[in-house]
Amino acid sequence: MNPKTLSLPETGTVRPVTLRLQDRLAAQLPKLVLAPTVIVTLVAVYGYMIWTGLLSLTSSRILPVWKFIGTEQYGKLLENDRWGVAVENLIIFGGLFILICLVLGVLMAILLDQKIRAEGALRTIYLYPMAISFIVTGTAWKWLLNPGLGLQKTLRDWGFEGFTFDWLVNPDRVVYCLVIAAVWQSSGFVMALFLAGLRGADQEMIKAAQLDGASMPMIYRRIILPSLKPVFFSAFVILSHIAIKSFDLVAALTGGGPGYASDLPATFMYQHAFTRGQMGLGAASAMLMLGGVLAILVPYLYSELRSKKNG
Amino acid sequence: MVKPQQTLNQQLLRYGLYAILALAALVYLLPLWVMLLTSLKDVEEIRTGTLLSLPASINFDAWGKAWSGACTGSTCEGIAPFFGNSFQIVIPAVLISTLVGSLNGYVLSLWKFRGSEILFGAMLVGCFIPFQVILLPMARMLATLGLANTTTGLVAVHVTYGIAFTTLFFRNFYVGLPKELIAAARLDGAGFFFIFRRVVLPLSTPIIVVCVIWQFTQIWNDFLFGVVFSGADTQPVTVALNNLVNTSFGGKEYNVDMAAALMAALPTLLVYVLAGKYFVRGLTAGAVKG
Repeated sequence: MNPKTLSLPETGTVRPVTLRLQDRLAAQLPKLVLAPTVIVTLVAVYGYMIWTGLLSLTSSRILPVWKFIGTEQYGKLLENDRWGVAVENLIIFGGLFILICLVLGVLMAILLDQKIRAEGALRTIYLYPMAISFIVTGTAWKWLLNPGLGLQKTLRDWGFEGFTFDWLVNPDRVVYCLVIAAVWQSSGFVMALFLAGLRGADQEMIKAAQLDGASMPMIYRRIILPSLKPVFFSAFVILSHIAIKSFDLVAALTGGGPGYASDLPATFMYQHAFTRGQMGLGAASAMLMLGGVLAILVPYLYSELRSKKNG
Repeated sequence: MVKPQQTLNQQLLRYGLYAILALAALVYLLPLWVMLLTSLKDVEEIRTGTLLSLPASINFDAWGKAWSGACTGSTCEGIAPFFGNSFQIVIPAVLISTLVGSLNGYVLSLWKFRGSEILFGAMLVGCFIPFQVILLPMARMLATLGLANTTTGLVAVHVTYGIAFTTLFFRNFYVGLPKELIAAARLDGAGFFFIFRRVVLPLSTPIIVVCVIWQFTQIWNDFLFGVVFSGADTQPVTVALNNLVNTSFGGKEYNVDMAAALMAALPTLLVYVLAGKYFVRGLTAGAVKG
């Protein structure tokens, strides 16, 4: 027992000290509440990114092996024919998916913006696929596009004997099946985004243009659509994000087949990392996917955060 | 944009407009309608009829089999057990991620500190990374923690990557709350949690609804985490459905496939029909547009 600590209460400093401690604790409370999320993010987002990055530099196959071999896996990846097909598919699939969704979304939003009766019901119908998982979407379209029993058979039974629609089993066409199903799933969402944008358009300006004798198509082209640039931008980012992530749709609709004709980078990564015992290669493909997403995202987030600061 | 005095031309234009919109609605509804028709037919009818031919009689045999008898990979108990798994994953994951998100959003909007904006930006990255980049380390980590192939493990994964979204939702919502309200409460000596419980939370109902719907849909519809991190008997319904559709012994039972797909879609469709307004709001909030 140290006499010094015993004498502390007599000086009357204990209460203030603990109070100050409490105050300090209270001041730190917001940070403490945020801390778990910060730690989880640091570990499970940034830490894992680095982990995967390091893994991609190793010769790991079924189990991680920390033997570094430089960028050999990336070299192998770029020479891998299957990866080439996956990237090419992503460019075709992503490009068409984004383009068609944007065009359909804008068109449908403009049509719905004409003071339509039953607008609510129509909107609900256009948007419902977004509530459904890609696995269900894939299952449904696999059935519709099935040459033996689906649309092809139906049209033939209706008398169009020569009608052929076998894209699902045709290696050169199967990627377009992914586009069809994905557009069905997501175009209504783009429509909803644009409809919201149209409703926010500057009514004064539109009235002024109308008084000047401008026709409605002209007003849409010259005034309303240009004002929707931010919506285009957001929609583009979201759609490209959906495209790069697409994994479920391929799994359910084509299984990557025939052969590997409808592989996308996401399915390539899963195959190599989890079922083919090529962990290093899978990690390298994941890193390239990350690079692709960041290339689109960083400029977007930058402009988004900057505009919020200015606004 | 329609003038009261309509010419014949304008009226025709209007009919055309409605025709196009109705046609589009039919196209969007077609897959659902075909799924429903197919699920009510028997295999023979499917082979002889067309996609759009009506079933001779309505029978729910395929639904019964999909629910409790169809083979999904290793077992033949239908999708019922996996349907249950999905709920076991979704409910805790939604509750935890919503609660954490609301606390985070509260701090990041009303108790900002130096560097908190940067932390917020850093967290947002979690909304956008392709999950392929975290799959391998996460699998390793779950194994180390003894959570591999468990429902708890899947809940943890969904919470981890859901927090980015929920934080974003709540932060953007709370930024819009009147600052005076909080300032007054603080002057009265109310503390951090007291203000949260008594002032902020009662105002949060709209954003909680949006957040819960968004998380519910995301987690229910997840396939990637399910297929990578679940075991044979902890699979969510999406994984079971995919197994059911893609593995078949003997003849393919499309009616059972379609019934199972409809069942897997039912919970989120129901949410959408009942709370569509909030669903759309969640979608647009997820688009980093406050």
